[in-house]
Amino acid sequence: MGRYLINRLLISIPTLIATSMVIFGLLALAPGDPLGEFALNPSITAEVRENLRISLGLDQPLPIRYVKWFYSFLTGNWGWSFTSLSPVRDLVAQRIGATLAIVGLAYLWGGLAAFPLGVISAIKRYSLTDQAITLFAFLGFSMPTYFTGLLFIIVFSVNLGWFPFVYDSTVQVMDWNTLIQQFKQSIMPITVLGLWEMATLMRFVRSATLDSINQDYVRTARSKGLQEWVVINRHVLRNTLIPVVTLIALRVPTIFAGALITEQVFRVPGIGSLLISAIQQNDTPVVMSITFIYGILVVIFNLVADVLYGFLDPRVSYSK
Amino acid sequence: MNQPPSEELVAIRDTDISDADELAMKPRTYWGDVWRHFRRHRMAVAGGIVLIVIVLATALGPFVYTVSPKKIDFAHSMEQPTATHLFGTNDMGQDMLARALWGGRISMIVAVFAMLVGISLGMAVGAASGFMGGTWVDMILMRITDLFLSMPQLPLLLLIVYLFRASITKLFGAELGVFVMVILVIGILNWMPVARLVRASFLSAREMDYVKAARALGASPWRQVFRHIFPNVMGPVIVAATLSVGTAIITESMLSFLGLGFPPDTPTWGRMLYESQNFLSLAPNMALSPGILIFLTVLSVNALGDGLRDALDPQQRNR
Amino acid sequence: MATLLEVKNLKTVFHTQDGIVHAVNGISYKLDEGETLGIVGESGCGKSVGVMSLMRLIPPPPGKIEADRVLFEGRDLMTLSDKEMRLIRGHKIAMIFQDPMTSLNPVLTIGRQMTEAMELHLGLSPAAARQRAIGLLEMVSIPSARKRIDDYPHQFSGGMRQRVMIAMGLSCNPGILIADEPTTALDVTIQAQIIDLVKKLRDELGMSIIWISHDLGVVAGLADRVIVMYAGFIIEEAPAEELFNNPLHPYTLGLFNSLPRLDDERGRRLSSIKGQPPNLITLPKGCLFYARCKYRLEKCKDERPPETFATPGHRLACWVDVKSTKATQ
Repeated sequence: MGRYLINRLLISIPTLIATSMVIFGLLALAPGDPLGEFALNPSITAEVRENLRISLGLDQPLPIRYVKWFYSFLTGNWGWSFTSLSPVRDLVAQRIGATLAIVGLAYLWGGLAAFPLGVISAIKRYSLTDQAITLFAFLGFSMPTYFTGLLFIIVFSVNLGWFPFVYDSTVQVMDWNTLIQQFKQSIMPITVLGLWEMATLMRFVRSATLDSINQDYVRTARSKGLQEWVVINRHVLRNTLIPVVTLIALRVPTIFAGALITEQVFRVPGIGSLLISAIQQNDTPVVMSITFIYGILVVIFNLVADVLYGFLDPRVSYSK
Repeated sequence: MNQPPSEELVAIRDTDISDADELAMKPRTYWGDVWRHFRRHRMAVAGGIVLIVIVLATALGPFVYTVSPKKIDFAHSMEQPTATHLFGTNDMGQDMLARALWGGRISMIVAVFAMLVGISLGMAVGAASGFMGGTWVDMILMRITDLFLSMPQLPLLLLIVYLFRASITKLFGAELGVFVMVILVIGILNWMPVARLVRASFLSAREMDYVKAARALGASPWRQVFRHIFPNVMGPVIVAATLSVGTAIITESMLSFLGLGFPPDTPTWGRMLYESQNFLSLAPNMALSPGILIFLTVLSVNALGDGLRDALDPQQRNR
Repeated sequence: MATLLEVKNLKTVFHTQDGIVHAVNGISYKLDEGETLGIVGESGCGKSVGVMSLMRLIPPPPGKIEADRVLFEGRDLMTLSDKEMRLIRGHKIAMIFQDPMTSLNPVLTIGRQMTEAMELHLGLSPAAARQRAIGLLEMVSIPSARKRIDDYPHQFSGGMRQRVMIAMGLSCNPGILIADEPTTALDVTIQAQIIDLVKKLRDELGMSIIWISHDLGVVAGLADRVIVMYAGFIIEEAPAEELFNNPLHPYTLGLFNSLPRLDDERGRRLSSIKGQPPNLITLPKGCLFYARCKYRLEKCKDERPPETFATPGHRLACWVDVKSTKATQ
């Protein structure tokens, strides 16, 4: 088990480095000199310009620039935004909260709903319940989140007027009223994102449960006279959990990407919409940094998935 | 026990059984079997039909419905569906149905080409890897596959579009340039699952006894590949290709929706949704028509892919 | 010896997309106390489905079980409620399966998998069940049982896993142990060990065993009586020695002839039974073995042979007397 963990850890490091090289490489390949233009921006003070020149190695050969950039990033210096003239790190810090809240809550309720629905769907395979649930899942992941978002806005904001469709980031939850306000403006993006996650996860949970149910050890358990609910709980689910939990960890980066769209639709000030506006405003340092952040998320959660898998599957945790 | 089994349970048939083999089941071909199973999957068949309708509509529609998608007419802006404008009009008075039909063409061509790029790349890598399974070629290719899989897809997509859009547009012209860029990027970020599938099929087929036997008989490796391994591989690849068309449609429309896709005048479905955002309260039908079309297309592609998967993979039939 | 189990006219069908599959077509047999009954036949002949039907482990759609009666300890198993049947499974009638790797749950310790039946059927506390499980593991010769009880299935070898399954099967003192090809997936040497173990346990505990195999050699060493099945029918039944010395059904004859022998002359071609087992969806009206039979008559095509007793204790379903008839094919 220890060896397994060390193995996975050792693989993630080169992956991280490779991702950073790809991102930096793309930047280097791109025409013009996105980062270099920075130095010409008149609103940057000479002091800042000098700092940047040194920390980014702007007049150095490519490999050195890469190393400097990578090192700066690791030490918390993520560059300076062209448009807002503040450190990228500060910008991200301001906006990460909103993203985390939406992603976290959406994934929480989406996952919590998907698991029992998927299991029930598998147990009652081909029944009406199963067909209804499967149909619902199908509809769910065939509808892109931006369309669902727009639909929600049309129905709930425009027609029913229940929820605002522009997120007000100044709302601080201090009392009951502000709590309600926060709820009203968050409920739609969270629901939209959660629905899509739920639809995708549900199919997978169903499939994983069916895999387990068809195994020989379930036949053995039934032949021992165990009640059906014990068979499901003790034998089937514990096996289903392994691939499901692993998948849930692996999908975290995907749901962050999904949040990108949702933030855009509902104008939530998270890092996703920051990325989009940075792209629209040609703010390269922000674009680079946020892309790399997403890349780091992928590596981290792949590792988390591996670790969880190692703990959950005795064949790994008790390997000779 | 001297009584024969009861009638209801035992179907008694008048068969002349002079040869043992006649008692075996009717001969079934692989593809005949696939079709039979597919036919039973109502949702998949429905999906296939809807998809064909949509494809035909976008391909032939503009010849039938000759209203121009680009003609601006501010006098009739943001109208609800009427007799002259079956899907209503957008903020510039352009006919929504015409735009939807034209946009559909673009969206689908992009999706198909993106799928082709992805599938070809995936098959090439997977075949090379699988054929040379175990050698350093295989190892390197698999490391590369893993690397691509560890990339954050959407952000990377956005990054590439951001960095290269201007120069590609200069090189190829606005529409063609974006077209090339989009299909390449979607394809390059989506070949990995196919590569793995193909490699796995190759590896498992290589170890199949009938392939080993062929090899022992001196059959050339290429012959082995085409006669034995290829048919095995085609099934999962077809499924992956179908489903990736759906993913490509969503990705392309997502790019357009973020304003990063085709130039403003090109009416792809994603672009139409992007344009509708500011007018949700005034003209919701601007969002509804492209959105529903994307939804229907992706839904039917997914249903079709699901049905194909069930029909092509015998083990999956237990689901 | 008292009769422990009496099966009369058991039929099982499966409703599939391709039609109704007649897996078991009216089999009847008895099992006495302390007796070991062997069931042999090729794959698909219904031997596994037959015993699963006895235990009512066939899922109701797509399967359907019918019988005149299945008497066990005076009760008809077919008329019991699901709950009552569950109390019998694992307790009065236990079953062990072919592949011990897939038949044991990989994410639970073997201790847990053993104690759950005992806690349920014998009402033991977890501690008591655990003690008993350790004792059972020692009985099947698992070394260091006290430590091994907390291990997972993948930490055992194939032979040891099967021993664990046997221990699990015996844990609640069943009257009947049903073994569905338990040695097929094992090496020959391990196979011998397992068979010896079962013999030893049978002699010590006095249980009845139904042993299913397609391997005639295994059955020969173990069974008191043997049933031969083909296409869901019982075509021959006799005490083991009688069957091996005096096979009377053309199919059984074919089976024995196909076994290579050490004292065969060199160069003798291996014989086999021509043809394929029949399609179980549309059963022919005559004898099921007609198409492959070397002794067949016109009559065999039209009428299914009833069961008769060639000698006392030796049941047979065939129109032909193979002793006095020459093979016509």
